[in-house]
Amino acid sequence: MPAALPYFDAVNPPSEDKRWKIVAATMRKLGNERTALIEALHSMQQAFGYLDLPGLTFVAATLRVPLSRVCGVATFYHYFTMKPQGRHTCVVCTGTACHIKGAERLLKTIAEQHGVKPGETTPDRELSLLTARCFGTCGLAPVAVIDGAVAGSLTPDSLEERLAEVAGHAA
Amino acid sequence: MLLEEIEALGAEQRERASALGTVISVCGAAGCQSMQSDALREQLAAQAQSRGLKPEECTVRQVGCLGLCGAGPLVSVEPSGRIYQRVRISDAPAIVDLLGGDVERIQLDPQLPFFTRQHRIVLENSGAIDPDRLEDYIAAGGYLALAKALAEMTPAEIVAQVTRSGLRGRGGAGYPTGLKWGTVAKAAGSPKIVICNADEGDPGAFMDRSVLESDPHRVLEGMAIAAYAVGATEGFIYIRAEYPLAIARLKTALRHAERNGLLGNNISGTPFSFRISLRIGAGAFVCGEETALMASIEGRRGQPRPRPPYPAERGVFGHPTLINNVETFANIPAILRRGAAWFAQTGTERSKGTKVFALAGAIRNAGLIEVPMGISLRDIVFEIGGGIPGERKFKAVQTGGPSGGCIPEEFLDTPVDYETLTRLGSIMGSGGMVVIDETSSLVDVARYFMEFCMTESCGKCIPCRAGTVQLYNLLGRFSAREATPRDLERIAELCDVVRHTSLCGLGQAAPNPLLSTLRYFRSEYEAGLAPEGAGR
Repeated sequence: MPAALPYFDAVNPPSEDKRWKIVAATMRKLGNERTALIEALHSMQQAFGYLDLPGLTFVAATLRVPLSRVCGVATFYHYFTMKPQGRHTCVVCTGTACHIKGAERLLKTIAEQHGVKPGETTPDRELSLLTARCFGTCGLAPVAVIDGAVAGSLTPDSLEERLAEVAGHAA
Repeated sequence: MLLEEIEALGAEQRERASALGTVISVCGAAGCQSMQSDALREQLAAQAQSRGLKPEECTVRQVGCLGLCGAGPLVSVEPSGRIYQRVRISDAPAIVDLLGGDVERIQLDPQLPFFTRQHRIVLENSGAIDPDRLEDYIAAGGYLALAKALAEMTPAEIVAQVTRSGLRGRGGAGYPTGLKWGTVAKAAGSPKIVICNADEGDPGAFMDRSVLESDPHRVLEGMAIAAYAVGATEGFIYIRAEYPLAIARLKTALRHAERNGLLGNNISGTPFSFRISLRIGAGAFVCGEETALMASIEGRRGQPRPRPPYPAERGVFGHPTLINNVETFANIPAILRRGAAWFAQTGTERSKGTKVFALAGAIRNAGLIEVPMGISLRDIVFEIGGGIPGERKFKAVQTGGPSGGCIPEEFLDTPVDYETLTRLGSIMGSGGMVVIDETSSLVDVARYFMEFCMTESCGKCIPCRAGTVQLYNLLGRFSAREATPRDLERIAELCDVVRHTSLCGLGQAAPNPLLSTLRYFRSEYEAGLAPEGAGR
């Protein structure tokens, strides 16, 4: 076995940011194997809120996976985002039960009140609107997850109230 | 832990539990938790403490899903057997004062068909034990099946018993579980791998989430038994990222099981070793398909590949792989503990046992139920589910999510099993059941599912990637009342192509919601035709 290429041995994270240590540790725990790619991306998104190119390059070099493949995986899965998120996030569920019970109305209200469509962030970077395919809390449909907390049985009004509570962002 | 130690701990825990007075159990599954059930539990405990009640007089604890998610947060009280619904934090003093007596405003009748018509095997511990406590699971007879299997049975005997039970895969397709296990057991190559598919992607389905949040050890035990039966040493649970609570509970359960020698090296003092790792999905519906799921575990895009080779021969990392759904594994400990014959008593000729369904949509009792196979859809929707809220009329029940179909009123008396649902143009699927009332347009529902399949198509094969887009656009013409009779023909032709030429189940089943609504509710499509003389 020839010695590993020096390039790969000297993989440095994109910055001094301590959060890269978490990402590096996740990969190391899985032996820096190629198969750790998705776990690495999860860890990076959890630490930074989104994925960016310098970070993906770091992951690619550490796991010895072509950057093209890393980008392929990062863009294939809906859960990964390449855009920085706003200070608050609102994820509206668009599962079947929520659809039947009016998820569209919720999205429409947010579009009217805050001027954002799913996948967008308000210009002041306060609120990001996202959609998800079912959180499995269909008994409470329609559902949204606001800053990580599930809010159920929503109406356009009660959703606006909840958003105002977390963000002080009511129009 | 050795077999004797498990038995002793179980007996000790049961004795301790029987010495308790009032036990107030608060649901701690995701639905009720989002209705502040954690704060409610703390308040109940604080109230009990402030009244100087000792633990043997009144205990407050967390349990798994109590089932009626739409009426959360739920609280159950033993020994009185009372259940309270929509409990507010301000109700806590009254509940503690009366030690679970009549608190009329929030009282729920435990004799409701919702509770009495169920037959619980998979959910036997849901709402009865604290999912974060291994001791609770052992007190309920947990890990006995594993320890006994390791000590007293050969792998072949286990496979034979699972085969005799008639258990079929609960992920939707209904492949006989025993047959699958036998194939993996016979496959050459090592190491072998066991995967639990917890990528419950069907919107409207939450059975697996609930099982993992309420009784995680049950799934681990089922996996370990499977691993012993097929000769596997390594396991994965592939779970979707949208289920953070289930992930947390699984992590706790894995830690406890490993620490107590119920997973890891030399399980229960035998030469058998098996360890399980978690893999978190990243929001791709197609990863519920087994070959795509395995690609995802390998750190690649979740794209399916043609079969054969089947996972049993060449699965994840090229090793022989057994892959079953959460609910399938959750059935295993009960089958081993109580025997194949006992399990086969329930159900129909070809579909044995029970099925867990997630009831949602336009229905009074939204929540999680487990019923014997062969029960009629009418019983599920109108008796257990309590029917449609308001004065509205039933229109259809959707089963099987984006791969299933809509079943109309006239077939509600059909017994539920794998074959009958397929005959009706739907599928059993993983167990999501969404009730649709007269206010919803079924063209809209079909379009909703087609949009779902269109965005979730992985893009590998053309019939699915391009066909779903074209079908979605065609359906849009019906919604906009611009369709022509020729569009109806085009839909039929295109559905045929997509169904028969797509690579994996996603594409092959994508036309189902459309075809079933076209079959039973053709008039709604005809209403979408452009008016005569509109220039087309």
